Amino acid sequence: MITPSSVPLLSLITFTPLIGALVLAFVPRNNVRLIRLGALLTSLVAFGLSLVALAAFDPAGGAASGGRAFQFLEQAEWIPAFGIRYKLGLDGISLALVVLTTTLTWISILASFRPIRDRVKEYMISFLILEVGMVGVFLALDLFLFYIFFEIVLVPMYLIIGIWGGTNRIYATIKFVLYTLVGSLLMLVGILATAFAFQSARGSWTGAFDYEQLLTAGFDPGLQMFAFATMSFAFAIKVPMFPFHTWLPDAHVEAPTAGSVILAGVLLKLGGYGFIRFAVPLYPQAAEMFAPAIIVLSLIGIIYGAVVALVQPDLKKLIAYSSVSHMGFVTLGIFIFQEQGLQGAVLQMVTHGIITAALFLCVGVIYERTHDRTIAKMGGLAAVTPVYAAVFGFFMLASLGLPGLAQFISEFLVLLGAFAYSPVVAAVATVVVVLAAAYLMWMYQRIVFGQVSDFLKGLGHHLTDISPAELLTLTPLLALTLAFGVFPGWILELLHEPVQGIIARVGEAPPIGLLP
Amino acid sequence: MNGFLFAAETEPVAHGGELAAVATDQLLVTLLLALPLAGFALTALVGRRLYTRAWLIAVPAIVAAWLIALYLIYRSIFAGAYGEHGLHFTLYEWIPAGRFTVPVNFAVDNLTAVLLIVVTTVGMLVHVYSIGYMAHEPGRWRFFAYLNLFMFSMLLLVLADNFLLLFAAWELVGLCSYLLIGFWYTRRSAALAAKKAFIVNRVGDVGFALAIMAIWTAVGTLNFAETEAGPGVFQLLPERLGSGSFEMNAIALLLFAGAMGKSAQFPLHVWLPDAMEGPTPVSALIHAATMVNAGVYMVARSNAIFANAPGAMFVVAAIGIFTAIFAASIAFTQTDIKRVLAYSTLSQLGYMFASLGVGAFIPAIFHLMTHGFFKGLLFLGSGSVIHAVHEEQDMNRMGGLWRRIPWTHGTMLVGSIAISGIPPLAGFFSKDEILGESFKLGYWWVWAIGVVVAVMTAFYMFRLMGKTFYGPSRVDPHVEPRIHESPPTMIVPLVLLSIPTIALGFALGFPPESGTIHHWLEPVFHDAEQVLHHAPGEYQLLGIDGFLLGASVAVAFIGMLAAMRLFGFRAPRIGVEVQPRPRLVERMTARFPRLYRASLRKWYMDDLNDLLFVRIGGVIAQALWWFDVHVVDGTVNGIAALTQGAGREIRHIQTGRVQNYALGIALGLLVMAVTYIFVVPT
Repeated sequence: MITPSSVPLLSLITFTPLIGALVLAFVPRNNVRLIRLGALLTSLVAFGLSLVALAAFDPAGGAASGGRAFQFLEQAEWIPAFGIRYKLGLDGISLALVVLTTTLTWISILASFRPIRDRVKEYMISFLILEVGMVGVFLALDLFLFYIFFEIVLVPMYLIIGIWGGTNRIYATIKFVLYTLVGSLLMLVGILATAFAFQSARGSWTGAFDYEQLLTAGFDPGLQMFAFATMSFAFAIKVPMFPFHTWLPDAHVEAPTAGSVILAGVLLKLGGYGFIRFAVPLYPQAAEMFAPAIIVLSLIGIIYGAVVALVQPDLKKLIAYSSVSHMGFVTLGIFIFQEQGLQGAVLQMVTHGIITAALFLCVGVIYERTHDRTIAKMGGLAAVTPVYAAVFGFFMLASLGLPGLAQFISEFLVLLGAFAYSPVVAAVATVVVVLAAAYLMWMYQRIVFGQVSDFLKGLGHHLTDISPAELLTLTPLLALTLAFGVFPGWILELLHEPVQGIIARVGEAPPIGLLP
Repeated sequence: MNGFLFAAETEPVAHGGELAAVATDQLLVTLLLALPLAGFALTALVGRRLYTRAWLIAVPAIVAAWLIALYLIYRSIFAGAYGEHGLHFTLYEWIPAGRFTVPVNFAVDNLTAVLLIVVTTVGMLVHVYSIGYMAHEPGRWRFFAYLNLFMFSMLLLVLADNFLLLFAAWELVGLCSYLLIGFWYTRRSAALAAKKAFIVNRVGDVGFALAIMAIWTAVGTLNFAETEAGPGVFQLLPERLGSGSFEMNAIALLLFAGAMGKSAQFPLHVWLPDAMEGPTPVSALIHAATMVNAGVYMVARSNAIFANAPGAMFVVAAIGIFTAIFAASIAFTQTDIKRVLAYSTLSQLGYMFASLGVGAFIPAIFHLMTHGFFKGLLFLGSGSVIHAVHEEQDMNRMGGLWRRIPWTHGTMLVGSIAISGIPPLAGFFSKDEILGESFKLGYWWVWAIGVVVAVMTAFYMFRLMGKTFYGPSRVDPHVEPRIHESPPTMIVPLVLLSIPTIALGFALGFPPESGTIHHWLEPVFHDAEQVLHHAPGEYQLLGIDGFLLGASVAVAFIGMLAAMRLFGFRAPRIGVEVQPRPRLVERMTARFPRLYRASLRKWYMDDLNDLLFVRIGGVIAQALWWFDVHVVDGTVNGIAALTQGAGREIRHIQTGRVQNYALGIALGLLVMAVTYIFVVPT
């Protein structure tokens, strides 16, 4: 390890944005330039620190190799009366998601420079606090701390949609907050029930919220069912799984571009991460019981999201429904309890994060110029904005799972795992590759190909090609999409150890042969 | 982290001094792929600034790749340097996901080498041809970039040594096809055709992907050949699943579903005719000579699977020969010169699948090879025609062109004779082997339909020749004076392609059924033919084989002469001049109006697809969206409204009057007291 254990690296990553936000609070609000640069700098520092963690991380140091599952552990007493501790730690899964978060945050802040002109100070502070919550969720190893971070995320997102959003923003943001809050409050009940059960079994509160301690507890099936159900509710809303997804299209349509980027890129992953980190390993028996239902809902989501995406007139809604479809792969991959499927699920969270974030940035580029996202009004962009068309096309292809680009690997791994579980499940899920090609290519054809539409002609010289600044936000995502498609091993090697640990807890589903 | 490591798998081939040579060959294979890829990247980045010389990077890259390929072909086929099993090596570990590891590994054996001959030669000539053909096209840099990307993908496809890498290349060639069909993206029809091609291919790819999953689930590897990790798929699958088992047939059929998409077999053929929206060099390279053969190649490569799946083989043969006659019947009535050729391609691909299905693997690959050359020639020739008459593709507005564009006419005539199966040109040898082997292997129905298709092929090809080149000119009078022969960059490739079109059949296919091509490919298909119990019988020129051969030649001539009589022909050297008889054609078509219309409308397949997928599919999608907004979201909002409403009503309790609260407290106490008295003691 490069960093000495005395340096609280994870706390630094988590709270650097908070420090930045506090400093920004003292900058005069009319000094917009300084505020923007300050926010960008802060997010870049957090990003750099997460890269330090990536460099110092030992992928083969996990529990499966005889080491501890979590690295860079930090712990301190917080509320000793209930055994609640401040405990952060990192394994390959959280590392991948933390780096995804810090990457998308600086990109989002950079992408907000031009579009956000009102209340820049509040916006940037909200964004930095949002990052605190998101990173914290992926690092927390104490259930109560996890819950706190999980809820912190809501507040800035509520503001970002509600203040800087579109015309129907109040409806969308209240729906988003209430819906997710209902879920997370239920999760709190589940967490408390778990802690009480632990306390009554051990006779002491020590470690009642400590994730690593709880893993050793072995809860009785009744509690497992209850806690798993409550937690899953929260996570299913966040992912979002069918039929809890309807807040997502509304929230995406109203959110500002950067809000959509973070929403699709990171916030949805909180749900998937919650399943992988907490719901499944803590309550394995319940997870196995609920698995068939969740698999069916995932399959419905995969197909249903894609079919509904076909007929969306609004670009952002189309991508929102495509997220429902793609995130179905995450829950499918988790609940088939199979090594390749689970690796694929985590990888899918990362690749969907990168690619969908980029698609929303692409929508933002066109929205900046037209103040419209109606597909029917567009057309012929390839002739007017060729570079933009090429970049958009690249991510369109990435999203439909073109081999050589990142999402192909993750979706194929999930499908492969699903096939070992049941060929019928795999066959149903595989149909989506046709649907994805249909809705994405149809959308792309209507926007980019054909003659330049009258609406776009009316914009005249306002319709400029993608600017260098916008290209700066998209290029890293483009490079990552390509890199992870050609060298997926860079992420997969991080996932190997933790995935094996989780599979070992649930017990790998036995392959049931070629036929169901 | 996996760097680019050359982990040479030591093959028994390499004795001592050969090791260094094999290492060089591995480097050359890598370079063969790297050159077009680099050409793509560079042309995409700086091609725009090269203006009219946009080809300056792309074409030399392909010429260099062609030279490398020639050397590899020499090493594999003639020097025998890679032995029976070919050259295998791994570049790096692509997907290391626990037990599921997929390397990026390549193989060069004689089957790959034969494909390399077609892919790189036609590819190189098409690149040269495009310099002239695309000279006036502002987007030419894009064209050459895509073309190079295609060459990379296609080479990856034939070099790939495992199923997933093959699948990746498979999708990438599909992408290039999409980009190139949609090259003139401002045309709505081109954009639609591009999308259609990709989506229809994806339907087949569902099957292919599921086959790959099934294979891995069954044997735990996707490698074709044996590696340090263990034996390859083709050895393990028959061992594990057993010959003729349900699983084996299922896997073979799923693979074939993929092949049906890429090689445009019924009912997934609908994309290929529309793909003619792309520039003509693309039609020649991708939609005639190389990419559409990928399905044939994949089935041939998986011969060990198919040979053990008799049920699937039957389906392959049936779909193949059905596509052959089905597409030929449409080619009869089409008037767009490129569409006739497209349907002809479908039909010829059908022959190849029929051949694979009956177990005649080598004739299928032989036909793939000859067809690649003569169909490439015909397409490039049609491009030259279209160029000459100023982007007109309708044959009703051509005619009498033989005098104006003699080189184009001459080379296309060679191509037409070849495809019609007239000896001694290339098409005759390969087609005759397919028909002959089908008959002798007991698939007399494949043979019978195949013979009918042979008549039809000769007929529609000479119909095309007649309408285009002979009889009076029907060219637009404004264009007429400006008809011109194409520049040398276009004519030279035509002439060069005529050489294999004339000679390749004789060179590789004589004597029939034991020609050179059989010696080349024998090692690849040896085991499969053993499984299928093929006894290599004696060739009887005076017996059955002579009869079959005679029948092939006879029907070819019948079709050709009939078309010549109806649509005209002209060969001054031998003193033949036939004038077209349009009235007679009209009378004949008027006798079968329904049949004629059905053929013209392509048996209503496009209408059916439109109904099923666009209309009905659209209604379903709209209905689901309605369901989402009104039922799923309606429930959510309903619950919210209920909560809000309940809150609003219950709020009235909070009146602020102390008396009301006191009453509430009193009532509450009463309830508690009663509960305590009646419930607790029991």
